[in-house]
Amino acid sequence: MRFTVNGTPREVDVEPDMPLLWLLRDVLGLTGTKYGCGIAACGACTVHLNGAPVRACQTLAGDLEGAEVVTIEGLGTPAAPHPLQLAWIDHQVAQCGYCQSGQIMQAAGLLAQNPAPSDAEIIEAMDGNLCRCGTYPRILAAVRDAAGRMGG
Amino acid sequence: MGRLKTIARRSFLIGTVALAGGVVFGTYAYRRDPDNPLLDDLAEGQAAITPHVLIDTEGVTLITPRADKGQGTVSLQAMLLAEELDVDPYAIRTDFGPPSAAYWNGVVLAEGLPFADAGDGTLARGSRKAGEVLGKILGMQITGGSSSAADAFDRLRQAGAVARETLKAAAAARTGLAQADLKTESGAVVLPDGTRVAYPDLIPDLAGVEPVQVDSLRDPSQWRFLGHPHRRLDIVAKSTGTQAYGIDLTVEGMVFAAVHRLPDPPDETARHDTAPALAMRGVVAAGVIGANAYAIADNTWRAMQAAQAIRTEGMAAMAPRPGAMPDQSEIWDRIAASLDGTRRDSRNRDLGDIDAALSQGEVLTAEYRVPFLAHAALEPLNATVRITADRADIWAGTQVPIVARDKVARLTGLPKASVHVHNQMMGGSFGRRLEDDFILVAVEIARRVTGRAVKVTWTREADFAADFPRPAAMARGRGRVEGGQVVAYDLDIAAQSTMESQVGRMGMPVFGPDKAIVAGAADQPFAIPAYRVTGHRVPAMVPVSSWRSVGASANGVFHDCWLDELIHAAGADPVAERLRLCDDPLSRKVIEAVAEMADWQGAQPGPDGAGLMRGRGVAFCRSFGVPTAAIVDLSDTGAGLRIDRAFVAAEVGRVLDPVNFENQVAGGVVFGLGHAMNCELTYAGGVPEQANFDSYEGMRLRQCPQITVRGLENGDRVRGIGEPPVPVAMAALANAVFAATGRRIRELPLSRHVDFV
Ligand code: FES
Ligand code: FES
Repeated sequence: MRFTVNGTPREVDVEPDMPLLWLLRDVLGLTGTKYGCGIAACGACTVHLNGAPVRACQTLAGDLEGAEVVTIEGLGTPAAPHPLQLAWIDHQVAQCGYCQSGQIMQAAGLLAQNPAPSDAEIIEAMDGNLCRCGTYPRILAAVRDAAGRMGG
Repeated sequence: MGRLKTIARRSFLIGTVALAGGVVFGTYAYRRDPDNPLLDDLAEGQAAITPHVLIDTEGVTLITPRADKGQGTVSLQAMLLAEELDVDPYAIRTDFGPPSAAYWNGVVLAEGLPFADAGDGTLARGSRKAGEVLGKILGMQITGGSSSAADAFDRLRQAGAVARETLKAAAAARTGLAQADLKTESGAVVLPDGTRVAYPDLIPDLAGVEPVQVDSLRDPSQWRFLGHPHRRLDIVAKSTGTQAYGIDLTVEGMVFAAVHRLPDPPDETARHDTAPALAMRGVVAAGVIGANAYAIADNTWRAMQAAQAIRTEGMAAMAPRPGAMPDQSEIWDRIAASLDGTRRDSRNRDLGDIDAALSQGEVLTAEYRVPFLAHAALEPLNATVRITADRADIWAGTQVPIVARDKVARLTGLPKASVHVHNQMMGGSFGRRLEDDFILVAVEIARRVTGRAVKVTWTREADFAADFPRPAAMARGRGRVEGGQVVAYDLDIAAQSTMESQVGRMGMPVFGPDKAIVAGAADQPFAIPAYRVTGHRVPAMVPVSSWRSVGASANGVFHDCWLDELIHAAGADPVAERLRLCDDPLSRKVIEAVAEMADWQGAQPGPDGAGLMRGRGVAFCRSFGVPTAAIVDLSDTGAGLRIDRAFVAAEVGRVLDPVNFENQVAGGVVFGLGHAMNCELTYAGGVPEQANFDSYEGMRLRQCPQITVRGLENGDRVRGIGEPPVPVAMAALANAVFAATGRRIRELPLSRHVDFV
């Protein structure tokens, strides 16, 4: 199947039922996207598929033909972070950090659709992203702040 | 090299003398100090001046003995070192270092001893000292028990100071100037004429200089990094997906394995059919180790599919086998039966005459229970292993690298020196990575493909099934109130012994009572006229282990909720009566602080502006020597209870890292509230019935309250804050439920009895 990841065209030969999560991590070597549950219960694997946040553990390789996938690595880099990543840095959101790729990708999906979300809208959009370390108060603050910075 | 060895050993001794001044085990133990591990690997052009600092041509490297499971330890250690060494903390490189007996951790073992850790008696002090010495002899290298901050506080600053002064001595020797005329600044020695000599330039001179002992460390008023907000070293990596955890590792030529858990540990009659697994694409091997079905393949997903395709047949599973794990209702029966007085483990609190006090008037009683809880760090268990004929390499996030190394040596028959544990950043632990079971399973799997590295990943379901949970526990309270006061308090607690289970797995014997059975209850600073707490040891059933805040996670709830019941029965104010009973000034300040933060006016403030009923719960628990108090505000929305706000005050001696302090306390509150509301493990057929986050939710964003925290600095010892917020958050929530609804829920999770929005 052929698709693009972070703007780069890719062609892979894998089983159609292989989840995008493992395709990214083990075949393409993009390990910023995390495995947490495999059943859409944690959000650690969140990436953008054609611009919208999806759970990579539930997105199958067979459905990727022609798709555009963006992962945390494509959102921004340490040298050129996305405004959300900057907000995450400034608010020092992460503890263990394992959930944060998914949190940031989920938040980026939200702000792309709704540049000025209310708290209720943020909570609704982000509620499926589990953080075992309990960084929720900072996540909320960082999303609000990023929305402001992005001119929402 | 011989010269360097002397220096390093001497400087390590300097570090140890200050901490190990006791005489409990005699000097022989100190003379046997483990060699400095850094010297083995030193290349040309490098010099080690203390066991924690490596200066090479690249600059300064902090060899941190502490793995980081997410609590910012590594960052804090860099600040501690930088504060004395005069280097830019952001220019310090860090390395988890090889596992070695030179990185002993005195504090955790001291607090594992069966004496209250905040106790001040000679016995308690002597034993703590013994624990420090013992930790050194056993060579334990443990991250846990909130000990990182306390343990590192003096030693790393000391290491920085010794390094700084020794570098100055080296510069003095080179230039012929007096050492007293030299200064240090930003990684360089500065001569009186302003010339800067960068630390790495002094490496050749260091070899001729004895380490300079430093008597006094800088006063906190001079601190530039500690106590001030700073940016965590790993924050950019963790905000951009570039932080590599153990599960992200790539080793050349690596293959991928997955572990799936069989429903019940198979017995000897079981036959495993691996043929379907082996026939799957990319699979190179498959098999079963204990209850773990595994497959090795060319990617993790194929390995997972194959591991799950392994079929087990012919098991005599019908009749319960002797020694098989009982199911949950049987477990509760055995816990309850352990309260009958025949299994008494400790009675560390016995004030006044409780029997006399309870032989008159109306005696109040209650029974509490709390469930097994999973660690369920978000990064599933994993380890990457490569075994060759003469060496083993282990890449894994572990809190016990030395224990793991020794067990791998035993398992493989390799000498310890040939087993190399490369510690990795952890995506959480909460105590789970104090166990080495997963490393040993990964080693056995790796032996199937000797010479190749294998990254072994547990499925989330296998991670749950393989967990050593926080023990389920029960407590019975009896008590009496009189004249608006609590006058008699008796609490009996029954739990499995975490220490027996956990230290037993480390291959070490355990003697005496287990403090964890009563920690957070028998060691509380209250002067109730008749006051008794008794621990009872439940026979081993489910292998259990330390879970964030250990015994206090259960006992903090039992102790404080029962006290809260008695206070309400007395008609007293929950804050005022706790303050009246509390006999420890530091603890009183914590309760006063939280009441002030929350503007406490009583447990029932009446309906809010929208007419919703509200309730407030206060709780106090001193755990790991940290007096901590919380207030939780609830409102009853009609569609379920909503946690509106949580306030926490904790006495930690000194807040070394204000940002991380706030984050960790808030995280502890979320952890405590989430599990108290929503989580339990129930066992059936030897495994928990909860296998993933759909049935073990913890807290979600929508349930997270506004959290306000305050660190108090009245005490004289620096304490860690990772664990103490957990028990008070749980207890305050249960107390708030009573205040809001009038229902006293005596069983966790609370969601068994009330709904939350
Ligand atoms: S791994 Fe995909 S939602 Fe958890
Ligand atoms: S920061 Fe650890 S799981 Fe979110």
